[in-house]
Amino acid sequence: MTDTNELIRLSAAQLAAKLAAREVTSVEVTQAYLDRIAAVDGGERGVNAFLHVNTEEALAVAAEVDAIRAAGGAAAEELHELAGVPIAVKDLIVTIGQPTTAGSRILEGWHSPYDATVVKRLRAAKMPILGKTNLDEFAMGSSTEHSAYGPTRNPWDLDRIPGGSGGGSAAAVAAFEAPLALGTDTGGSIRQPGAVTGTVGVKPTYGGVSRYGAIAMASSLDQIGPVSRTVLDSALLHQVIGGHDPFDSTSLPDPLADLVAAARVGNVEGMRIGIIKELHGEGYQAGVENRFNESLELLKQAGADIVEVSCPNFQYALGAYYLIMPSEASSNLAKFDGVRYGLRVLPEDGPMTIERVMGATRAAGFGDEVKRRIILGTYALSAGYYDAYYGSAQKVRTLVQRDFEAAFAQADVLISPTAPTTAFKLGEKLNDPLAMYLNDVATIPANLAGVPGLTLPGGLADEDGLPVGIQLLAPAREDARLYRVGAVLESLLEAQWGGPLLDQAPPLVETLVDAKEAK
Amino acid sequence: MAAINRDDVAHLARLAHIEMSAEELDRMAGELAVIVDSVKSVSEAAGDDVPATSHPIPLTNVFREDVVGHTFTAEQALSGAPDSDENRFKVPAILDEA
Repeated sequence: MTDTNELIRLSAAQLAAKLAAREVTSVEVTQAYLDRIAAVDGGERGVNAFLHVNTEEALAVAAEVDAIRAAGGAAAEELHELAGVPIAVKDLIVTIGQPTTAGSRILEGWHSPYDATVVKRLRAAKMPILGKTNLDEFAMGSSTEHSAYGPTRNPWDLDRIPGGSGGGSAAAVAAFEAPLALGTDTGGSIRQPGAVTGTVGVKPTYGGVSRYGAIAMASSLDQIGPVSRTVLDSALLHQVIGGHDPFDSTSLPDPLADLVAAARVGNVEGMRIGIIKELHGEGYQAGVENRFNESLELLKQAGADIVEVSCPNFQYALGAYYLIMPSEASSNLAKFDGVRYGLRVLPEDGPMTIERVMGATRAAGFGDEVKRRIILGTYALSAGYYDAYYGSAQKVRTLVQRDFEAAFAQADVLISPTAPTTAFKLGEKLNDPLAMYLNDVATIPANLAGVPGLTLPGGLADEDGLPVGIQLLAPAREDARLYRVGAVLESLLEAQWGGPLLDQAPPLVETLVDAKEAK
Repeated sequence: MAAINRDDVAHLARLAHIEMSAEELDRMAGELAVIVDSVKSVSEAAGDDVPATSHPIPLTNVFREDVVGHTFTAEQALSGAPDSDENRFKVPAILDEA
């Protein structure tokens, strides 16, 4: 048996190889992760990446995989490559047998009667589900501070945000509480947390992974995707969850490309990589800019052709996003009305009508950020303003798509920093919604245009020693290019660092013990 | 475009079925005014000749065979309901004059 501490630091690909070679059992691996969650996730200064831990079911699935492997024969041969490798699931994605809260009081204690398609696929691959991860309420936020169940803490510095909305999934992976996780990305909710926690995350092409069973925020922007510690691991997970699903009418009918093979190509010679002029420089932290430039230099040395492209309409992308997203969210969240599921709050006095019950339920069940976005969306869609706001924003969407088309005529892949800054302090931007929104300035264009994006760690910023994310963008349906370039850049960077970036993160258990002793 | 004020927020909150206290209306009106101001350049970005995009990768005529697929039992559909009776969702009076 391998040392537990060593086990949890292995990548999913390494774990899969050890499981297949029967050097370790899935029960051992799953238990090691459950022990890690118990050690670092709870308590006043714990990471708080998990809203629910699924101990019993995870161990049962692990034991089932172990029994199949031990018996050998055809059943063992047919096991999926990732069978027995545990995973965490963002709590916006519905699961039978575990609560789904979306980080909101309005769904506290609710159990879905069905599984999301991606969850069905994890089950078919026999991957033990460790639990559900924390998020900003209904995925609305960039810091996980808008969760009704308390913020998640960044494993690199427990006083800082892990990004959002998928801070729970990113922090779980960064803190070695899971080797893999599922996230959702509407304006950057997979990529921005990946950037500030030093992990990898991918927003696939819109429609490339089924959204059936992801509680919708903005249906024309939402996308489920993989979260991991290595580029290859994201490709492996993307391959499990991707592909057509008749239950999602926006699901692309195209066959899924071989993303794992793309991650193993190992060269970028002759590839044209485009720097987006508008997505770096002014407004980006110096340390972020420095690491970004180093990555460009490495790619150049590896034979890539670095070109500069301009996307002038990206300056309107953030504004368009904050009209389209709230408009769609206000409509999608109308269903939380205290009738069919979740919370029901009765008004304290006056007539007891259904309208008043809805008003009291939504007042008590939704947090401030959700209310802000519902009101903003209701405003943008209201008569007299529709053309000026929602209509104009949809036109900007066309302009952003045209910018991407022009850029991809000059470059195979585009590159930028993932987020303008490293992780900020908990509470720092909580009362300034606009400052919070600016975190997504580099990630939003991909959602508006439906193109895929990947973030990978680019090193630590000089001024604060915190992780910096590098974003790669590819044309729609060309997700494979992200894995090809991402894997090459990752190996070049790791050769410089002498190992994965997360090796440089402070040891969490000691940090937590110190905090306890200091009290 | 007009600025958003407290009366607008009160009206929108009623439309969106969210009860709001006086203090909440004041705060929300201030925050939303800043946000609306920051997005107003969007209306000047595109000319009349630019078509609107509602979906990034539009698919048309996504049909399936008209056969019964997976459906929930009444019990499953009601499993998360705050209140139910005789296999139905139960709600308070729908009309004011009840």
